[in-house]
Amino acid sequence: MNPEKIFLCRCEDVTLKQVRDLLDQGYTSPEEIKRILRIGMGPCQGKTCGLLLQQEIARYLKKRPEEIPLPHARPLVAGVPLEAIAEAADDER
Amino acid sequence: MIEKELVIVGAGPAGLCAARIAAEAGCRVLLIDRSPLLGGQLIKQTHKFFGSEQQRAKTRGFRIAEALVADLKPFGDTVEIWQEATVVGAYPDSVLTVWTNGEYRKIHFQSLILAVGAGERSLAFENNDLPGVYGAGAVQTLMNVYGVLPGKEVVMIGSGNIGLIVCYQLIQAGAVVKALVEAAPKIGGYKVHASKLRRLGVPILTRTTVVRALGDSAVKGVVLSGLDENWNPIPGTESEIACDAVCVAVGLSPLYQLAWMLGAEIPYVGELGGMVPLLDENRQTTVSGVFAAGDASGVEEASSAMVGGRLAGLHAARFLGHLHPDHTAIDTECRAQLSSLRGGPFGAKIRAGLKKAEVKVHAR
Repeated sequence: MNPEKIFLCRCEDVTLKQVRDLLDQGYTSPEEIKRILRIGMGPCQGKTCGLLLQQEIARYLKKRPEEIPLPHARPLVAGVPLEAIAEAADDER
Repeated sequence: MIEKELVIVGAGPAGLCAARIAAEAGCRVLLIDRSPLLGGQLIKQTHKFFGSEQQRAKTRGFRIAEALVADLKPFGDTVEIWQEATVVGAYPDSVLTVWTNGEYRKIHFQSLILAVGAGERSLAFENNDLPGVYGAGAVQTLMNVYGVLPGKEVVMIGSGNIGLIVCYQLIQAGAVVKALVEAAPKIGGYKVHASKLRRLGVPILTRTTVVRALGDSAVKGVVLSGLDENWNPIPGTESEIACDAVCVAVGLSPLYQLAWMLGAEIPYVGELGGMVPLLDENRQTTVSGVFAAGDASGVEEASSAMVGGRLAGLHAARFLGHLHPDHTAIDTECRAQLSSLRGGPFGAKIRAGLKKAEVKVHAR
């Protein structure tokens, strides 16, 4: 299989090849990989790719998937226009 | 800041049942759901359910959703429902943020039930970004909610009950299921569903996976490969099938994000589908006043989600000082129903998983 054609993160177009290259360079935590490739930072916020990334890191490190943490979940889980947030903040003043 | 007594996130089978029982107990409830139709995944289920009468078996899924929504009608004064509202954030000081109708709202809750359900697992194969590669949930939504056929010739990946049922629904809708592909040596779902597909002539290929989707701008076919005992593709076993859609039904994983943001302990429990909140016997997470039910606390079926939702609603109400007039009877009945639903060989995995996700905390 050609890892350049396999998408782990469809929101941010991150391929298996890109992830494997980083693993080879020693980046083996989801947080590091996320910061470099933006994997999991698109509209679905990692709901689709989080587990695939976990599996891939586990396979590389020869560990079980549950030994690899999932990327940290932070608000917001869906896109919200800044305008709406600003309006809500104004209302509270 | 909007003040609410009990907030329930997710109006699927668990959330709807939790809302009803909590309202019966005297709670003021806010039920929030992101979709325009209430019922969660039930709204796409056109088939009749198995199980016992108590969980409305022999009724079509979307009819169960209608019945659960109708059950809330008498509580119009105390159950408020926000539809097309997405909870986008949760904060440890008992605050939720909600995105709805172009407005960003903040809610402070006294108690919370997370009934957010599960997300679909995806699969890494070549060209898996081509239009025509669908998750089974999307196929069901297009076909059964909106009446849109996602493809004329479909290859299904995954033979759990969702894969099997969606194959059948595709055939009912006029599509041809070219093959059902399963990586394991055996089908994952009930034999009764698989038998139906075999009678309709659908090839079921076990120990097989998809390695590549074919096509430039849309799916025109798939390449399959046999798998060895270590799940590795066997060279020389590749075969090609023409199709215009690939449907991926490789399981669900609980949505853990809100529980994580609230600071609940959420271990990874493979048997339950992924990260799930630790729960005490009353479905309370490790965060006081925050409860969980349905697939969000472990992927099971709609029947157990309904019963688990009732339990969570009952105990969230008690946490808030509203003891349901039939508390003990309902509590006992729900627990008995859950044991029966999880009995037998098909429940073994769930039972093992739940043990790992259970925390012994004395009821408040």
